[in-house]
Amino acid sequence: MTDSKTFSPLDLDTPEKPYLDANELVINMGPQHPATHGVLRVILRLDGEKVLGLECVIGYLHRGVEKIAENRTYTMFNPYVDRMDYVAAVSNGLGYCEAVEKLLNVEAPPRAQYIRVILTELNRIASHQLWLGTHALDIGAITPLFYTFRDREEILKIFEKYCGARLTTHAFRIGGLQYETYNGFEQDVKNFISFFKPKIDEYEELLTTNRIWLERTKGVGVISGKDCIALGVTGPVLRASGVKWDIRKAQPYANYKNFEFEIPTGASGDTYDRYMVRMIEMRQSVRILEQAVAGIPEGPIMAKVPKVMKPPVGEVYHSIEAPKGELGYFIVSDGSTQPYRVRVRPPSFVNLQALDLMCRGQLVADVIAVIGTLDIVLGEVDR
Amino acid sequence: MQELLNYISSYLSSDQTPGGAGNFLWALIYILLVFAGLSVAVIAMNWLERKILAHMQVRLGPMRVGPHGLLQPFADALKLLLKEDIMPDEADKLIFWVAPFIVTLAAFTVFVVVPFGPTHAITDMNIGILFMLGVSSLSVLGIVMAGWASNSHYPLIGALRSSAQMVSYEVAMGLAVVSAILMTSLNQQGTGTLSMIGIVEAQQAQGTWFVFKLFPLGLIAFFIFAVAMVAETNRAPFDLPEAESELTAGFHTEYSGFRWSLFFLAEYSAMIAVSSIAVTLWMGGWLRPFPNALSGSTWNLVFSLFPGITFLFLAGMCFYSTARMPKHPYFRIQTAGLAIFGALLALIALVLFIPAVRVRIQDIYWFCIKVAAFMYLYIWYRGTFPRYRFDQLMKVGWKILLPMGLGVLILTAFFGLWSTTHTNLWHP
Repeated sequence: MTDSKTFSPLDLDTPEKPYLDANELVINMGPQHPATHGVLRVILRLDGEKVLGLECVIGYLHRGVEKIAENRTYTMFNPYVDRMDYVAAVSNGLGYCEAVEKLLNVEAPPRAQYIRVILTELNRIASHQLWLGTHALDIGAITPLFYTFRDREEILKIFEKYCGARLTTHAFRIGGLQYETYNGFEQDVKNFISFFKPKIDEYEELLTTNRIWLERTKGVGVISGKDCIALGVTGPVLRASGVKWDIRKAQPYANYKNFEFEIPTGASGDTYDRYMVRMIEMRQSVRILEQAVAGIPEGPIMAKVPKVMKPPVGEVYHSIEAPKGELGYFIVSDGSTQPYRVRVRPPSFVNLQALDLMCRGQLVADVIAVIGTLDIVLGEVDR
Repeated sequence: MQELLNYISSYLSSDQTPGGAGNFLWALIYILLVFAGLSVAVIAMNWLERKILAHMQVRLGPMRVGPHGLLQPFADALKLLLKEDIMPDEADKLIFWVAPFIVTLAAFTVFVVVPFGPTHAITDMNIGILFMLGVSSLSVLGIVMAGWASNSHYPLIGALRSSAQMVSYEVAMGLAVVSAILMTSLNQQGTGTLSMIGIVEAQQAQGTWFVFKLFPLGLIAFFIFAVAMVAETNRAPFDLPEAESELTAGFHTEYSGFRWSLFFLAEYSAMIAVSSIAVTLWMGGWLRPFPNALSGSTWNLVFSLFPGITFLFLAGMCFYSTARMPKHPYFRIQTAGLAIFGALLALIALVLFIPAVRVRIQDIYWFCIKVAAFMYLYIWYRGTFPRYRFDQLMKVGWKILLPMGLGVLILTAFFGLWSTTHTNLWHP
C-alpha cells in the first residue's frame, strides 16, 4: 500500500467523515483484476464500500504506437492502428486510411466506400457484442457473454473470409481496398442480418427487463451531457446523456450520408441508458448494413494512389465515429514518405477520464459496472 | 461374541434411528455412509453444475477427462491436493489455518439430523431444526476468520459482506422456519415438534406438504426460505462475498490448494444442507408423492419402482451417448468407459429392483430427488441472474423478506388457530 500511496496522493477534497474514527481504505483494483478489461489499475479510496474517489493508473500496455508512426511509411503504419482498439480494428483502419487520403487529396471509389461501410458496421456490432458480454459478466450475469460470443463469431467469419484475419484485420488500404470481395460476400452479410436480428431480441430478453439488471444499472454512474462535453466524452456515453452527437451524421465521412439511420439518445445518462443506446445502435447498424449491401455499386476498389506516398507538407485532422466514440487522427506531413507526427485521439482514453466523476459516492460494485459501461479497451487507452 | 452380534443385530429390528436406539456402532456406520454419500454428491454436483451451466450457455463444458468429462471432478480434486499450499506471510497463521476447517465442520455437522427416511438419520433430536440452523450459521464465523486472517483487502471486504449478508438473511429464514413449525402443531393435540423426523411425520398425518398448507401461507413461507437459503449459501444472485468480478474471489482469495477445496466442499455441502431443510420442512421430506391418497399395495409397488427406473433411464442415456460417440480409434477408450459407466448404472438399477432393497431405499430416493431439484434451481439461478449490489441485497433482506416473514408468521398463527378451533371453516 505504501507504494500506491507514494504513487498517488489522491488528495481530493475529502467530505466530512461520517463516523468517528472511520478509516479510509485505499485499495488497488488491477492491473490484474478480472473486471478492469485488461491492465487498467484503479486506486480506490473507500469508506466501507462507498467510493470517495479514485484514480486511474494507465500505461501498462503502452507500446508507443504514435512514435512508431514516425519511423514507418504511411503504408507501413497502417497495420499498427489495428492494434489500438483491437476489438474494433476495422474502424481504426478506416479512420487512419481516410485521414491519409485527406492528406493526399484522394478519395476511395464508391464500391470501396460501400464495402468499407459494411465492414465497419459489422465491426461496430462485434464491438458492441463484446461490450455487452463483458459488461453483463461484470454485473454478474454470465450467460450473455456466451450468447454474444457465439454471434460475434459469425462476423469474424465474414472478416476471415474477406481478408484472412479475424481480429486485427488490416482490411483497408490508403485509397481503397486491397482485395475484391469474395464470392458470396453479399449473401453472407444478408445471412448475418437475418441471423442477427432475432439475436438482439434474445440479449434483450435476458437483460432489458430483468429486475436485478435494472436495479444494478438504473441511476448508476450518472453523468450529465454538460459534464460529458466538458470532459470530451464521446460516443454512446455522450449520447446516453442526451447529446445527439454522432460523427456519422454531424460530419459525414465515408458515404454515411447515403444511408438512413437514427441516432439513439438517452435521457438520464445512467448505465441503463448507455446499455439501451448501444442495443439500439446495434439495430441501427443492421439497418445501415441492409441498405449498404443492397446498394453496392460495381467499379474499381482502389483509387489512383502513388506507389511511394509523399503527401504534401501540411496537417490534417480526421475523425470517425468508432464504436466507442470519436476516433481522431491528427497527421502532420513534412513531405517525406514518413509522417512527421501522428497523434491519435482515442475514445477510450478520453472516456476513461469520466470514471472518477461517475463513480464518486457510489459503491465498489458500481465501479465495476461503470468501467464496463464506459466500454474501454486498454490497448487504445495506452497505445 | 454373541453379545456383539446381538448388539449389531438388535438395531436392525428396532424402528429407530441409531442415535435414538443408542447404538454407537450403527451411528458410526451411518455417519460414514452420510459422509461418503455427501462427498459423492458434491463430486456429482460439481460435474453436473459445469455441464448444465455449459449447456445453458451454448457450450459443451468438460469433455476431455473421461467420456463427457465424467472424470473431471477427480482430476480437479487431484490437482487441488497436489497444489502448493500457499500461506501469505502477513497472514494470521493459526486463524488462517483453522478457518476452512470450521466452515467445513459446520457444513458437515448439520447432516447429523437430516432425515433421509423415518429411520435413516444419524439421530433424531427433539430440537433438530434449531440444531441445523444453529450449526449451519456457525460457518459465517469461519468465513469472517478466513477474511480477517488473510490480512488483505479483498478478502476482508468479502468477509464483511458475507457476515452482514448471512446474519440478516438468517432472520427472515428463521421466521419462515417458525411458521412451518407452527403448522406442525395443527393437530388434535395441538402440540408441535422441532424434530426433523417429527416435522415430516406431521406432514403425513395432516395429509399435505406444508407448501400447500393454509394456502398460500405455506407457499410464501417456503418462498422466503428459498430466497434466504440462496443468500445464506452465498450463491448467485447473492454471491457478493465471492463476487468474482468485483472482489476477485472474496474471502478465499488468498487460499489455494487443499484449503481452498475445503471451502468449495463446504459451499456445496451447505447448499445440500439448506436444501434438505427446505425439503424436510415444506416438501414432505422422504414422503413419496401422495402417500395417503395413493396408498395400498399396488401404489406402493409402483412408487417403489421409481429408483430403479431412474437409474435405468440414466443408464439408457449413457448407452445412447455411447452409440453416438465418434467412431474414431482415438475415442475407443472413452466409448468403452462410457459403456462401462452405463453398465454400472444399469447394475445399480437392477439392485434397486430387488424387493428387499427397493422397500428400504425408496425413502432415501424421494428425499434425494427433491434435494436434487433444489440443486438444479441453484444452477439455473446462476445461469440467469445478474448479481445484486450490497445495499440492494440488504434492502431485499430487511425491507421485503423480513416483513413478509413476520406477516406470514402472524397469519399462520391466526389461521392455524382458527382452523383447529373452527375446523368446519377450512375442512367442511
